[in-house]
Amino acid sequence: MAIAARAKTAKSTAESAAPPALTKEQELLAYREMLLIRRFEEKAGQLYGMGLIGGFCHLYIGQEAVVVGMQMAMKPGDQMITGYRDHGHMLACGIDPKGVMAELTGRKGGLSKGKGGSMHMFSKDKNFYGGHGIVGAQVSLGTGLGFANAYRKNGAVSMAYFGDGAANQGQVYESFNIAELWKLPVVFVIENNRYAMGTAVTRASAQQDFSKRGVSFNIPGAQVDGMDVRAVKAAAEKALAWAREGKGPFILEMQTYRYRGHSMSDPAKYRTKEEVQKMREEHDPIEQVGARMLREKRASEDELKALDQKARAIVNEAAEFASHDPEPDVSELWTDILA
Amino acid sequence: MATNILMPALSPTMEQGKLAKWLKKVGDKIKSGDVIAEIETDKATMEVEAVDEGVLSSILVADGTENVAVNTPIGVIAGEGEDASAAPAPAAEKALASASEKAPAPSAPAVPVQAPASEEIPAGTEMVVMTMREALRDAMAEEMRRDENVFVMGEEVAEYQGAYKVTQGLLQEFGPRRVVDTPITEHGFTGVAAGAAMAGLRPILEFMTFNFAMQAMDQIINSAAKTNYMSGGQMGCPIVFRGPNGAAARVAAQHSQCFAAWYSQVPGLSVVMPFTAADAKGLLKSAIRDNNPVIFLENEILYGQSGEIPKIDDFLVPIGKARVHRAGKDVTLVSFGIGMTYCVKAADELAKEGIEAEIIDLRTIRPMDTETVVRSIQKTGRCVAVEEGWPQSGVTAEIGMRIMEAAFDYLDAPVARVTGKDVPMPYAANLEKLALPTVGDVVRAAKAVLYR
Repeated sequence: MAIAARAKTAKSTAESAAPPALTKEQELLAYREMLLIRRFEEKAGQLYGMGLIGGFCHLYIGQEAVVVGMQMAMKPGDQMITGYRDHGHMLACGIDPKGVMAELTGRKGGLSKGKGGSMHMFSKDKNFYGGHGIVGAQVSLGTGLGFANAYRKNGAVSMAYFGDGAANQGQVYESFNIAELWKLPVVFVIENNRYAMGTAVTRASAQQDFSKRGVSFNIPGAQVDGMDVRAVKAAAEKALAWAREGKGPFILEMQTYRYRGHSMSDPAKYRTKEEVQKMREEHDPIEQVGARMLREKRASEDELKALDQKARAIVNEAAEFASHDPEPDVSELWTDILA
Repeated sequence: MATNILMPALSPTMEQGKLAKWLKKVGDKIKSGDVIAEIETDKATMEVEAVDEGVLSSILVADGTENVAVNTPIGVIAGEGEDASAAPAPAAEKALASASEKAPAPSAPAVPVQAPASEEIPAGTEMVVMTMREALRDAMAEEMRRDENVFVMGEEVAEYQGAYKVTQGLLQEFGPRRVVDTPITEHGFTGVAAGAAMAGLRPILEFMTFNFAMQAMDQIINSAAKTNYMSGGQMGCPIVFRGPNGAAARVAAQHSQCFAAWYSQVPGLSVVMPFTAADAKGLLKSAIRDNNPVIFLENEILYGQSGEIPKIDDFLVPIGKARVHRAGKDVTLVSFGIGMTYCVKAADELAKEGIEAEIIDLRTIRPMDTETVVRSIQKTGRCVAVEEGWPQSGVTAEIGMRIMEAAFDYLDAPVARVTGKDVPMPYAANLEKLALPTVGDVVRAAKAVLYR
C-alpha cells in the first residue's frame, strides 16, 4: 500500500493481492466482534419496529468489517470519532452494549443518560468521541483530537470516520489541509457504502476514487476492500504506523456496503434487490470469516453456532435492560447544560 | 506650490498616532513613493510614503511626538525652485482646524475609560493604566503561564502578532506550539479547536472578527455548545471563542454586526462582552478557566481605550455578574460592551439637567444577571436598555421582557430601548452614523421614561 498505492494501482492492489492471513485468535475475535454488531443492529431494528426506539436510527449491518478491522490495528489511547451511524463503532470500542441500547431507547442507563440518542453518544473512558449528527462535523473534530495528540506528544492517533456523502463537505478539505500542514496523527476512514442516503456515489462525486481525495494536500491514501476484515486490518496497520511516526494523516477508502436503508424509514428504492442480494451472498464480511474458519478447520459448525448464541445472549440482555430501565428523571432536563 | 504632508489614518478606527521618526530632513529632495516617516499606531509601526514631489521645506511635528491627530499637517513639501525655508503656516493652521472636529488635538492624551470600584477589587488596591488590548493580552499570557493546556489559535495570531495586535508578544514567550497561526479556514479550524477541547486542551480561538465566525457556526453551536448535554455530562468543551465583534468604523455591512443576541440564545454557551479594560482582563481569565465554551465579544474601537486595572496577581471577574458602573436614583440605563459608551456620555448630559442616571454594565449577556438590573429598577422605577445591535429579538428586547417578568410592579413607565437601526450597516459616513445609536437617542429615551 503506502504512497505508491494511492495512484491507479490502488484498486488492483485492493482486489487482487490476498491480504495477510489472520491468526486463529484474530479470526475468532473478528468473528465475535462483527457478529455482536450484526446481532445488536438486528435487535435495534426490531426494537425500532416495536416503537421502543424513536427518531433516526441508522444501522451498520454490512459494514462490520470496517470498524472491527480498524479496531484490531488500534492501540490503547488511540481515539475514534464518527458520524451518526455509530452503534457499531461503540461496540467495537468495547462499550457496554446495555448502555448503547438503553441510549437508543432513551433510558436512564443509556450512555448519555438518554439525552443523546442514537446519533449522539460518547465515552471518554473508551476514547470514543461520538456520535455526531451533522454530516462532516466529526472530520474537523477528529482532526482536533489529532491536534491534541500532537500537542501532548502522547503517541496516540485519532481515527476520523465519515461516509462517501460527508466526503463532499467543505470542512473535510479544510481539515485535510490543516492535518497535513501540521502533520497531525489522524487516519481519515472514508466508509464508502456507495449511497449517501439515496444518492449513489456516481450521482454525487466528481472523483469517485476517495483515496485520491487528499492528493492536492499530499495526503497518501489507499482503497481497501472494506468487506474483508483482513484487508481492513492490514491497511489500518500501515496507515496507523504512518500517522504514529509523525508523517501526518492517511486516508483509507473502505469500499463497503450497507444492507439496510439509510435509516429505518428508508425503503431503499434507489438500488435493486439483486444488488443487495449479491453483496450479501458473495461479500458478507461475517460469512467470509466463518467460511474461512470452517474451511481451514479453525472452528467447527458447532463452535460458530455457539459464538452466535453468545452474541444473541449479550444482545438480548441489552435489549431486556433497555426495555425496562426507567426513563431519565425529569430533573435531568436541566442537568449537564454546562460542565 | 507648497503642499502639506498630513498625518495619515492607517486603520479604519485610527484617530491619532505617534510620529516615531522622520526619515527625511529639511532640504531633502522627495520623490513620490519615498518613505518619509514612521508612524506608530496602537497596532503597528507603519511607514509613510510621499505622494507629492519636491523638497521637504519644513517639519511641523517633531520625531517622537505622541497623539498626533489624523489629518494634522506634519511637514511641508515645496515645489522645485521654491524657497525651501518658507513654511506655509496659515495653510497648516487651517488644516489643523478642520481636522480638529474629527480628532482630538495632538497633545490631548487618550481619555481613560472610567473604571469605578467594583466588588472584585479590594479597596486600596494599586491600579495600573493600560489599554483593553494590553489587558486582553496579559490575561491570555497569565493563563498560559498557569496552565500548559491553554493555547491560542487563529489567523495571524502568531507571526503577525495579531490582526489587531491583541496577541502581541505571545509567540515570543510561548513559541509556535502554543501560539498557532491557522490558514484562512474558519469552519475547519473551529472544528479542530473544538475537538482539541473535547480531548481536554483549553483553546483560545481568535476570530479575526466575529463576522467570519458565521462560517463556523455549526461547530460553535452543534459541537461546542451541545456536546456536554448530549453526552450526559461526560464530555465538555472548554474553549474560548474571542475576537472583535460589532461595528468598527466604515467597514460596511459584512464587517459590522453585533452577534451578542445570536449567541445568547444558545444553551450551553456563555456570552461575555466587556466594556472596561479591567473587566476585559478579569473576564477573559475567568473564561479561559471555565469548563464550558465561552463567546468573548470584544470591540475594535474599545481596544485602544485605556482603563485602570488592579495590580492583583490573579484578578478574576466572575462570568454572569453585572456591575453598577455609575450610581443614580432617577433612571436605570442598562447596556454592555460598546453600548456602554453611549450610556456614560448620556448620564453626563442628564446630570447637567439634574437627572441622576444609574448605569448597569451587564458584562455577561448569558447567563444574564437580571437580579442586579431589577435591584436598580426597584430604586429608579424607570429603565432604558441600550445596544448597538439590531432591535428585533435583540439583547435589549430580552432585558425588557425580563424586567416585565420580574419587576413589573416597580415600573413607573414602560421600558425603552435604544438600538442600532434595523438595516445592514451602510458605508457612507453620514449613513453609518445614522445607523448607530447616539448619545442623544439615549438622553431622549431617558427623558421619555421620566415623562420629561
